[in-house]
Amino acid sequence: MLMWIPLLPLIGFLVNGSWYAFVQCRPGAKKAGATVPGLIATAAIFGAFIVSLKTFLELRAMPEGARVVEQFLFHWITVGSFNIDMTLRVDVLSTLFTLVITGVGTLIHIYSIGYMGHDATPGKFFSYLNLFCFAMLMLVMGSSLPILFLGWEGVGVCSYLLIGYWYTDDEKASAGKKAFIVNRIGDLGFLLGMFMIYTFFGSLDLAEITTKLGDASFAQALPEAVVTGIVLLLFVGCTGKSAQIPLYVWLPDAMAGPTPVSALIHAATMVTSGIYLLARLNPLVSMSHTGMMVIAIVGGLTAFFAASIAFAQNDIKKVLAYSTVSQLGYMFLAVGVGATTAGVLHVITHAFFKALMFLGAGSVIHGMHEEQDMMKMGGLRTKMPVTFFTFLLGWLAIMGIFPFSGFWSKDEILWNAFANPHGSKILWALGLATAAMTAFYMTRLMALTFWGKPRFDEKKLGAHHGHDHHDDHGHGHGHDDHGHGHAAGVHESPPAMTIPLIILGVLSVVGGVIGLPTHWIDHWLSPIVPLHDPETFTAGHTAEYVLMVVSVLVASGSAFYAYRVYKNIKGVDPLQAAFKSLHKTLENKWYVDELYEKSFVRTIFKFSLFLWKGFDVAVIDRLVLGFGTFSQWSGRAARVVQTGSIQAYALLLMFGLIITLGYIVYGLV
Amino acid sequence: MIIEPWLVQTFCAAIFTIGLVGLLVRRNILIVLMCVELMLNAVNLSFAAFSEQHGDLGGQMAVFFIITVAAAESAVGLGLLIALFRTIRAVDTDEIRLLKE
Repeated sequence: MLMWIPLLPLIGFLVNGSWYAFVQCRPGAKKAGATVPGLIATAAIFGAFIVSLKTFLELRAMPEGARVVEQFLFHWITVGSFNIDMTLRVDVLSTLFTLVITGVGTLIHIYSIGYMGHDATPGKFFSYLNLFCFAMLMLVMGSSLPILFLGWEGVGVCSYLLIGYWYTDDEKASAGKKAFIVNRIGDLGFLLGMFMIYTFFGSLDLAEITTKLGDASFAQALPEAVVTGIVLLLFVGCTGKSAQIPLYVWLPDAMAGPTPVSALIHAATMVTSGIYLLARLNPLVSMSHTGMMVIAIVGGLTAFFAASIAFAQNDIKKVLAYSTVSQLGYMFLAVGVGATTAGVLHVITHAFFKALMFLGAGSVIHGMHEEQDMMKMGGLRTKMPVTFFTFLLGWLAIMGIFPFSGFWSKDEILWNAFANPHGSKILWALGLATAAMTAFYMTRLMALTFWGKPRFDEKKLGAHHGHDHHDDHGHGHGHDDHGHGHAAGVHESPPAMTIPLIILGVLSVVGGVIGLPTHWIDHWLSPIVPLHDPETFTAGHTAEYVLMVVSVLVASGSAFYAYRVYKNIKGVDPLQAAFKSLHKTLENKWYVDELYEKSFVRTIFKFSLFLWKGFDVAVIDRLVLGFGTFSQWSGRAARVVQTGSIQAYALLLMFGLIITLGYIVYGLV
Repeated sequence: MIIEPWLVQTFCAAIFTIGLVGLLVRRNILIVLMCVELMLNAVNLSFAAFSEQHGDLGGQMAVFFIITVAAAESAVGLGLLIALFRTIRAVDTDEIRLLKE
């Protein structure tokens, strides 16, 4: 039964992919709309969702502590005594992830039918999307690290394919390349960590690793340095996949992909796989104090820096991208301070509200005829009421306003950063500052996009079709679903797009219930992450409530201030006017890209140039040509003997005879 | 009168050496062939002398074989010589260098 969860999207991929590759690609083939491929893909992922839900209910009916469902498929790799089985395993942690992936995935698939309605190659898009879901499900359902790695690489490939989906645009194609290469750097760390685990544990099966760690004598024999090494190497992999300092640079560029892709891959699912990995190996991670400290610090700093960059971005998707990096930092902060369940909770709530906001942004971009600059928006609340209202819910959720979903997870993280024995006041302060900044830039986004007065000429919108990527397939000629809106001006999106928004909006409001003070999720995950002993916390419940109030007040104060600043701006950012140089630095993302360009890219480029000119040409080519020259030369030397005169040959024959006879008679003298 | 065996063998060696030197230094291909014959017959003589000395008829047997082979060799060699002369109109070994290319 379990195999159907990843298998259905794979089938969807094969159906859509082969249909696209063998039928639609034919020259002169009738162009397919987005509806049929979209429905096939949606049916596949929705089926997977139903199976996931059924598995979840099955698990819930089981007694606590024995909640595991396994299915063996086949022997994957067998070399001597080394054996990896293709086994799917769903336990309390994986089931949450499969539900989010298939659930949010289904909504995004439905949304894509509307969003990609005018795309030239919807078959390709939906097959990639399904392939991604397959890889992501393998990642969370794999029973051992190699299967997890298979999924890990699979989602990387799909991410690359989808970021560079409109590959004829050079910038988008190179954004895909950047994402792939940066991820590969992180993957190296993951691989090395995996090798180390195999060396010291003798197994790559995730359950076996956990069991071995449960054995006290084995755990004590493990040197602290080894554990820290493994955790840090795996964390390097996480910084790549989950966009943390120093490898976060690919995620903002990844916004070049279609917006549903940004919502599914770069907000809700793929980027959280780092959290999944650390949560899965929680027994190992929690053994290394240094490792956890590094994770917490990197997470906190990423949250802070990414939030600061979001202040000065005018592209609506870029703001959301940096916001995602920042929220991912929050999750790692949670893992680092020992609040792994809070991190997982934040993964889930973030999946709801960030997917909602990305899809909302996509709806805005769609309605504004591919305009992404917020400075050219404004006053959209009346033009796009559904998008505005659902976005509002996402905005309240991400700010952590009571009782929206973000409140529960964010507050839990902040509380742990403050009071957990692994936490510290500095990390808490960093988190609180980030919360305030988040409220500020998200309010800025709301104000620039939806409130105030329009800063665009509605009559001109849609009249010119200067779309940089869809222009080969006319926007203008009426499609039956919502052709009227394309005449000119801003329009609300079709129902295929607004219904997922509404569902995600509801989830953003209520999604936090699983983290309610009864702490359902803590108990649910207790087989993987042991419950905290409240006694070890450095502060009591009163402090917890005070901190809650403080963080909500800080966030709302910050939001209110941002609202006052941005509610009625006229084409120029007031902060830009006030803090010119700081704004410029933020706008250029702290010049990190330039720094990497100068330090790493240039160095590697120079090194490669040396390898080319200094090694390949100078050494290898010379060596290969040298062999040729040598044989030519030796041939010329040997040719002297070949006179053609039989008497010369006879003379040589005679010498040979004499030498042979001498040897026979006298031996070697 | 009894001829000393070493005397006979020295004589054979001398004839053989004359044949060998003639083979190496003479340029007329006819003479070269004759030198080959000379060498073969020097060996024949040597065989016969050893046969007499040791009272073993094997040596005389070898002589008969060699004479037969030498006759065949002369026939083939002279045939080739004529064919060669017809083709390139030369009997000088300096001008016959077809093996080089």
